[in-house]
Order: sequence, then structure tokens, then C-alpha cells
Amino acid sequence: MEITNEVLKDLHYRMIRIRFFEEAAGKLFENSEMPGFLHLYVGEEAVAAGVCAALRPDDQIGSTHRGHGHLVGKGGDLPKMMAELMGKADGYCNGKGGSMHICDLDLNMLGANGIVGAGAPIAVGAAFANKYRGNDTVAVVFFGDGAMNIGAFHEAANMAAALQLPAVFVCENNEYGEYTPRSKTMAIDDVVDRAAGYGMPGVIVDGMDSVAVYEATTQAVARARAGHGPSFIECKTYRYYNHHGVQIMGFKYRTDEEVDMWKTRDCIEGIERDMLTQGVMTQDEIDTIRAKVQADVDEAVEFGRNSPFPDVDTLMDDVYTVAGANS
Amino acid sequence: MSATETELRELSYLGAVNEALHQIMAEDPDVFCAGEDVGASGGVFGSFGGLQKKYGEMRAVDTPISEQAIVGLGIGAAVAGLRPVVDLMFMDFIMVAMDQIANQAAKLKYMFGGKTSLPLTITTNAGAGLSAAAQHSQSLESMLAHVPGLKVVMPSNPYDAKGLLVASIRDDNPVIYAKTKTLFGTKGPCPEDLFEVPLGVANITRPGTDATIVTYGRMVGESLKAASILSSEGVDVEVIDLRTLQPMDSETIIASVKRTNRCVVVHEAVRFAGMGAEIAAQIQEEAFDYLDAPIGRVAAPFSPVPFSPVLEGAYVPDAKRIAEGVRAAVQRG
Repeated sequence: MEITNEVLKDLHYRMIRIRFFEEAAGKLFENSEMPGFLHLYVGEEAVAAGVCAALRPDDQIGSTHRGHGHLVGKGGDLPKMMAELMGKADGYCNGKGGSMHICDLDLNMLGANGIVGAGAPIAVGAAFANKYRGNDTVAVVFFGDGAMNIGAFHEAANMAAALQLPAVFVCENNEYGEYTPRSKTMAIDDVVDRAAGYGMPGVIVDGMDSVAVYEATTQAVARARAGHGPSFIECKTYRYYNHHGVQIMGFKYRTDEEVDMWKTRDCIEGIERDMLTQGVMTQDEIDTIRAKVQADVDEAVEFGRNSPFPDVDTLMDDVYTVAGANS
Repeated sequence: MSATETELRELSYLGAVNEALHQIMAEDPDVFCAGEDVGASGGVFGSFGGLQKKYGEMRAVDTPISEQAIVGLGIGAAVAGLRPVVDLMFMDFIMVAMDQIANQAAKLKYMFGGKTSLPLTITTNAGAGLSAAAQHSQSLESMLAHVPGLKVVMPSNPYDAKGLLVASIRDDNPVIYAKTKTLFGTKGPCPEDLFEVPLGVANITRPGTDATIVTYGRMVGESLKAASILSSEGVDVEVIDLRTLQPMDSETIIASVKRTNRCVVVHEAVRFAGMGAEIAAQIQEEAFDYLDAPIGRVAAPFSPVPFSPVLEGAYVPDAKRIAEGVRAAVQRG
């Protein structure tokens, strides 16, 4: 598969947009400017970027508790994201959802989800709607390795295969379910082994390589568009920060050496090295893009800071589509 | 066209449900049904009969036995703009899918800041009376009515079964539509045309002056029998069929109790933390000074539904027990 310079630049742009957004969110969180729980995507950018770059705008994505990267990857609006994470009125969800429920239905990003595995049945429902309408839109199901051990995921994967729905299952296998290594919770080395049990083709890709993710997704999406049903992609990746928040507090569940080893394979450094080597971009051009994205993120932070908190009168808004239930 | 303008035929409760589904699927191409045995076999109780033959496999979908994925299918399809009807064969099975119902369907609109509506109907079958034992007989409506974002519907007769189902499917919120299994064969007048019974509007099925029975579902019929018994004793009972538990027509309840000054709440679900607790609390908040007796509750005891017909018969409230409950309220000072 030929990878054009435009695709490389696109992947790079999506990844630094995610990385810089997440680094800024982490700082705000540590600075107590961001309430609640924060699950950062730093380290795993190649997956969201590689998948989303292979999608059309009308394709849907179902997300997870670690969902900022998916929304940024799909083209999310950084100021509205930052405002939402800060619980502000101008946020994507008017301050009603926060980090774990951020969504943009106009971009067909069906929402982050606070319940592990619960996004899978919903994304499969979107895939059903595509088949029902007879269009060739595809729904992507993002999930982590941990989600594969919850019943909802199994039900959704089987349902998608049984009904031959246009879905792509993308596992972000970062080898930890919160603080527990995957080796303690699964007796298989590669989670893709389970794909065969659902009757889906499955592949393993380097989840630190956005080009590899892009290529695998392109193939899986083409298969789904053609009406041949769902596929499974296992992306072996790693999160640099804690399960929640930034710093590891208390129990040290992984070694510095392990984290450092994964950082030597960093997805952004990798693609920048490749682009310089291949003459796709000069260092000046890379620096210019980085500065532009950083300025966009800084602007998003200021937008979030300046946005008002929601009026308490909005607390009961949107419980129902039409008012009518008892309060 | 309003229901009163059309001729009322006799139709069974289950027939009314089936007719509503056929008619609304003819009217709205975005409506589809999915669930275990919903397609080829028409549902275990026949409520989906004939739909797949008429509308095809994509509109009457046989699914795996996967309650979470069935509800999730409906949620995702609803967010994508369709108007799904998904079936959970027994109300007990709702517990298997409770995350998708209570954490997902109920909350998505709110968590997304109102950016989506969720026109999803979850049909299910409630109630004891078939010796189906503790995992196929429950009435779990109070758990569902407790979750902001959900609507909960429990029709008591064929007319309401049809009209409330149409209103549920046309509603832009997630609605749990719980039929009562022992009412399936019950016949009653029901218009042939497509019509709605609005959600949140109770029905005073029997006006009366001496006491109010607030009830819903199967217990409406038992309460009317009790009212008939009490009538022969000179006690004139008003019977309110709530029809929907969320939203609840509190106004009708309060207005009635202000007239009768006495109230008994009747339901098949267990008494502890049942709908009766909420209804009694609302009455004492809104009509305390009008009450001449404590609000009574006639409900199932706090136990799982037993299997043996003898035990099950003792478990489910009936007209006799309801009449006793009303007498206690009426005889009080």
C-alpha cells in the first residue's frame, strides 16, 4: 500500500494535536484547574491518528474512558474539549459530561464512556444503523485490552459478526488494566487470538506506528464497506502516564525501564525521523507545525479558563428530550 | 384521528401490541424490532408475530441471547437516527442489561449536553402468575422509575397496550414498555386506527367518593374487582390506573385523594421501596391535611416470587386482599 506524503503529514498532525492537548490537560489537572478523573492518551496517539486518518467524516467511532485522543483524532474542536474537561458552559457537553463522556455527534464520535466495554454494544448499534440504511458507512469500536474481559464486549463482538455488520474492532492493547498487568488477567499472549472465535479476521499491528495502524484500518474499513463484516485489529501500544491523572502515586506497578523502553519507540519521534529521512518535511516545517498546534492548544486552554461555569439553572436541562417526568 | 372517532373492536392485549407494531412499522421506516426470537418465530409470546414476514430480516431481527448487546444495538441505532424497539423477553432479564439501560441509555442525552435524543423503546414482560418462578416473574418497575432519563410504561388493558406502545415508540426518550404476562389473553375494546395514549396521563377507571386506589398493570383489574366487592358494602372506591410510572401523573393522584381523603396503593411488585412508597410520600407532601387515614399499601411480600402455584397465589395481591386494605383505610376514624 502506497503511503503518500500527505498521509504522513496528516498522521503527524493528528498525533501532535493529541499529544499537545493531552500534555496541556495533564498540567491543568495537576494544577487543580480540571476537576474529576482524567485518563490521558499520551503514548497511544498512533492508534487514534492511524485509525481516524483512514476514516471518512461519516464513519462513526465509539470510544472509551481514555477518549480524548479519539475525539481529537476525528477532528474535535480543542477549545470546546478543553472547556468541557474544565466543567465549563462552553464545553462540548455544556459541562454535563466531562472527560469521560466527551462527544461530538456532528463528527460521528459517539462519546467517551465511563464504563469499560460499554461503548462496544453502542458502536455496534451504529454499525447496524448503517447496514439498515444500506449505506457504506463504517463504525469503529475502540476498546482497551481490559475491556475484552467484560461481557458487554463479548456480546457486541459476537453480535457484529453474527449480523455481519460494518464494524472495525480496534484494541488499544497497552498491557495494563488500570494497575494490573494483562498477564494476570488473560491467559493468552495476543488478544487478537479471540477474533477467530468471533469469526472475524484479525491482525496485530505495531500500535506505536501510525502508518501500520493506518494501513491495517484502511483494509478493515474497505472490507466492512464492501459488506463483508467486521474485522479485528490489535494495536500493541503503551500509555506513558498513569491510568488516571499524570503521576504514579502509591503502588509502583511498572518499572521505569519498561516505560523508558516504550518511549524509545515514541510514535511522534518515529514519524518525524522517517519524514526527515525521506524528505517529506524539513525540520523547520516540523517546528512550524508544532508551534501552530501548541498555539492552538494554548488558545484552547485560555478559552476553557475564560468560559463561565454552567448556570445552576441548567442542572435539570436535558434529562429528557421533552420535559414531562417528575423531578 | 382520535380513538373515539373510530369503531372499537374487541382485541386481546397481545393482539393490540402486535397490531400497534405492524401499524407503526408501516408508518415509519425508521422503526425496527430486535431481540431474542423476535424475527422468524415472532417472539416467545407472539407479540412480534408476522413482522419479519412482512418487513424482512433487517426490521424484525433475531439476535443472539445477549441482553447487553441487544440494548446497546438499540442505543447505537437510536443515536444514529433510527427508532428501535428492542425486546428483553422477561423483565427479570433487564437486570442482565442494566448497565446499558441505566448507565448508557438513560444518561447519554444528559451527559452529552442534550446533543442527542434517544428514541428507544425496550419492550419486556413482567409479572407473576405462570409458575415461572423467581427469575421469570418479577415486577421491577420501581428500580427503573428511579433512574433519571428513563420512562416506564405498564399498560393494564388492550386499549392502553396499543396506545401506550405507539406513544412509547414515538417518544424521543428511552422507554421501558412492560407488558403483564397474565393479561395477554384479556380482551377489550381497541380502535383499529393508529392512536396514542399519552405518557404521563393516568386514567380514572372507576370514579368513587370514599377512597382512592392508585394502581397500574395487572392490579387494575384486581382493584376493580375489589371496588365491586366494596360497593356491595356501601363503600364507593375510585380506581386510578397510572398507566405510566415515569413520568407519573401526580396531579390526578393528589386531586383524587383530596376528594376521597383516603388512599391505598396497590402493586404486584414487593412492598418495600416499591412505587407505593413514592406515591405515599408524594400524597403526604401535597395532601397531608386532607388525609383521614394513613395511606395503605397492598403489595407482594418481600420475598422472591415462589414457584409452586399455591405459594405464588399467596404471593400476588388479589381483589380480596385489596378490599381488606381499603376497609382498613375506610374504617379508620
